[in-house]
Formats: sequence, C-alpha cells, structure tokens
Amino acid sequence: MKLLIPEKPVGIIGYGAYIPRYRIPASEISRIWHGESEGTPIKEKSVPGLDEDTITMSIEAARNALNRAQIDPKELRAVWIGSESHPYAVKPSGTVVAEAIGASESISAADFEFACKAGTEAVIAGMGFVGSGMGDYVLAVGMDTAQGRPGDVLEYTAAAGGAAVIIGPASEALAVIDAAYSFVTDTPDFWRRQTQKYPEHGQRFTGDPAYFHHLENSIETFFTETGTSAKDYRFAVFHQPNAKFPQKLGKEFGFTKEQFQTGLLSPMIGNTYSGAVLLGLSAILDIAEPGDKIFAAAFGSGAGSDAFSFTVTERIKSCRNLAPSTQAYIQRRTEIDYAVYARHRGKYIMN
Amino acid sequence: MEAPRHWRLKKQRYSLTGEVCPHCSAKIFPPRDVCPECGQEAKTAFQFSGKGEVFSYTAITDAPAGYQDQAPYAIALVKLNEGPIVTAQLTDLGTEPVRIGMPVEMVTRRIKDDGNERGVILYGYKFRPVMQG
Repeated sequence: MKLLIPEKPVGIIGYGAYIPRYRIPASEISRIWHGESEGTPIKEKSVPGLDEDTITMSIEAARNALNRAQIDPKELRAVWIGSESHPYAVKPSGTVVAEAIGASESISAADFEFACKAGTEAVIAGMGFVGSGMGDYVLAVGMDTAQGRPGDVLEYTAAAGGAAVIIGPASEALAVIDAAYSFVTDTPDFWRRQTQKYPEHGQRFTGDPAYFHHLENSIETFFTETGTSAKDYRFAVFHQPNAKFPQKLGKEFGFTKEQFQTGLLSPMIGNTYSGAVLLGLSAILDIAEPGDKIFAAAFGSGAGSDAFSFTVTERIKSCRNLAPSTQAYIQRRTEIDYAVYARHRGKYIMN
Repeated sequence: MEAPRHWRLKKQRYSLTGEVCPHCSAKIFPPRDVCPECGQEAKTAFQFSGKGEVFSYTAITDAPAGYQDQAPYAIALVKLNEGPIVTAQLTDLGTEPVRIGMPVEMVTRRIKDDGNERGVILYGYKFRPVMQG
C-alpha cells in the first residue's frame, strides 16, 4: 500500500490562519513594469508589515490553533515550521515560536523546507509522530513571506500568509485525517540557492512537468488506493500558485467550482507558498459541517505533491469560533502602492 | 553583545508573561518578584490575556538607533485588562487613527534588527487594534 496511514488514527484538533493586512493590487505591479493593468494572474496579493516575518506570523497562527484545540501548549511534543522564508538560515524558527506560545522545553523543534509543500510535509511528519504514540500533540505550520524578483512574473503572486494545525488523536479531532499520500521526484522547476535573495524558475517548465505532473500523480494514486473520486468530497483545495492552475487541475479530476471555490484564496491574497493549502483548508474548516469530506493536495517545487483526505467531526461546531476566521483576515485589508510595497519587502538599499 | 540581556527577558517579551501576587492578587508586569502593591514576595508566573486599551500615546518620527526601519510609528501606554500599564509600539494601524481608549490586543512582532542582516533578530510584544471576527 502506498498510502500513509498511521497505526493510531489521528486528526486535526485545532487550526489557525494568519494573513498580514497589507495588499498590493496586481494592476499596480503591472503598472510599474509593463505600463498596463490588463491580464494579471490574480487580483491582489498580501504583503507582510515592516515588523512581520515567518516567525511572527507562525506565532499568531499557532495561537489561533491552540485556542481552537483547547489544550495546554505544554502538552505539545513537537513544533515544526514549514517555510521557504525562514528569517534565519541557521537558527530554527520553531524555537522562537515554541517559546512565544508557551510550549514546554520537552519538545522536538525543526524547520521544514520543501518549497511550497513544507507545511504539509510537517503535517505528514506529525501524523507519524502522533500515530506512533511518540507524543499526543504536534504543531505543524505552513507559513511564508514569499520572495519575488522585481519585474519577474512571480512578483504578481509571491504573497505572505499561512496556517497552523495541531495534530492529535482522532478521538479529539475536529477533522480526522483519513489518509495521506506523498509523491516526489527530482524536478528542477523552481529553486533558490543559499544566500540568494530571489528564487529562479524554469518559466513554462513549472507547469506541465512540475505542478501538473506531480499533482496529477498524487491525486490519481490517492483516488485509486482509497477507492474514492471527486464526487466523494464536499470540498477540495489544491496548491494555488495563481488562480488558473488549481481550477484547471480540479476540473481535470471532475471537481466542480462549488467544491474548490471556498479553498481557492489566491485570487484575493496571492500565492502563500508553504501556507497555501493549509490556509485554503482553514477557510474550508471555517464553514464545513460534521460529516463533510475534504480533499487537499499540495505541491512543492523540486518537486513533489502531498494528498490528504479529512472527515469533519461534530467538534468543529464548538471550536471554530474560538479564533478569527480566515475570511476575517482576508477582509482586514489596507491597500498599498508599489513604493510602500518596496519598503515593506526590503527592496530599498539604505547604505 | 546584547544577546544575553534579551535572552533573559524573552518570556515576558514574547508572550507578556508576568506575575501574580499570592498575597493580594495584584497582577504584575514586568515581573519583578516583589509585589508593587503590598511589598511582599510575588514569584508566581501569570499569563496576561494581551487585551487592553490605549491609555495615552505619541507618534515617533525621529526614531532611535535600531528602530528607524519602522518609523514613523506610534508608541502607547497600554492599560492591560488585568491592571498594569505597559509601554509598547502600536502596529497594524492601517488608516485607523490612534485614540485614547482604543481597544488593543497583544501580538508578537519584530522589535529590532541590527540592520546589517547579520545579528540576532529581537522579537517582542506590540499592540494592534482588536481584530474583528
């Protein structure tokens, strides 16, 4: 069997979103580099504040997840942060996050990196950790302040945000994790070398051989192994580097707009990289009902794809209002122009 | 080398952890192990809710060394719901003007960076307008 299913059933017992409040319209980026505002891949993207980074954003998402989980943070046995924009090259983001949320010192802490699927990679590791009985609860975060080279096509979409989930026993879950599957190959579609500020990408090579090949394989294998198909799920969320790719992918597998529009946030906030699928999942959990099945498929350049299915439980009703909703963060919005954006993203050289 | 000083203060800075007096129940921030209300020993840790309101404020345009990156910004005296008044930077104001009595909540943010991108990043509490929803 290729599916990843732990011996002890596990689930999500708390989740929390975070999106910074600043937005730059794609038309503003287009105005600077192309002198026009037509044909942009999304409407606008989120931009972190001057005092925000992956650590501060992970702290807020983790606090939201803890509020919903209703557990003592000292019961966490692991704090794992998935990101491709960790503030330090060497010094784990998880150490600061764990200290800030009041976790104990008896934890495993590490930073995960797998381009855009670092967050779901931490979730899979958490499933194994809890499912094997090594600990009761694991905090897994997918969070990014993504970098885009000025003038590059990725600048339209490289956004900031993400979500945290706490993995625990299925008996306490607000959404049980039915199964997962991970598909990985060596495909150089997008990368950033150490000490480089901006990533490089393989232009059109990022589409068919990367995003579509890996997601199609993981979804197909997941469906075959679980004997399910699109119609068995009420909601679906896919990695969303833009607005077009996830919709094309969803339709290929027979998913309808009603199934994927709740989790499709990239048109409003851009591509939150490691945060994208977990943030879409968080938006779905904000409105899902007990018994609903959710399908999620992440993609990370390099490349690989993680697929999951979740079954929502009764507990969702009592805990979803214990922290701000994903939509509350999307609606909290201050528009900025390119000059302010350039300042927020450290693009001015001051000395 | 400021790292040891910041390291010692991390608990109160990251999460607004103070103390509660076991004798008169006063909530204490910053923690100082002696109750400022009754003068007796007070070493019991207390986690503040992070909610409060702006007691007074001022705008900083000419920021001190290490803080210029974020100027202009507002500094407020925030009266915590549990009693103590703390001095902190306000953040995420958007277009909202600061006003006395404004409800605020604690967030953990970057306080200071040494500017050459080589040193330790200092994190700590700031306050923002209470989020709706």
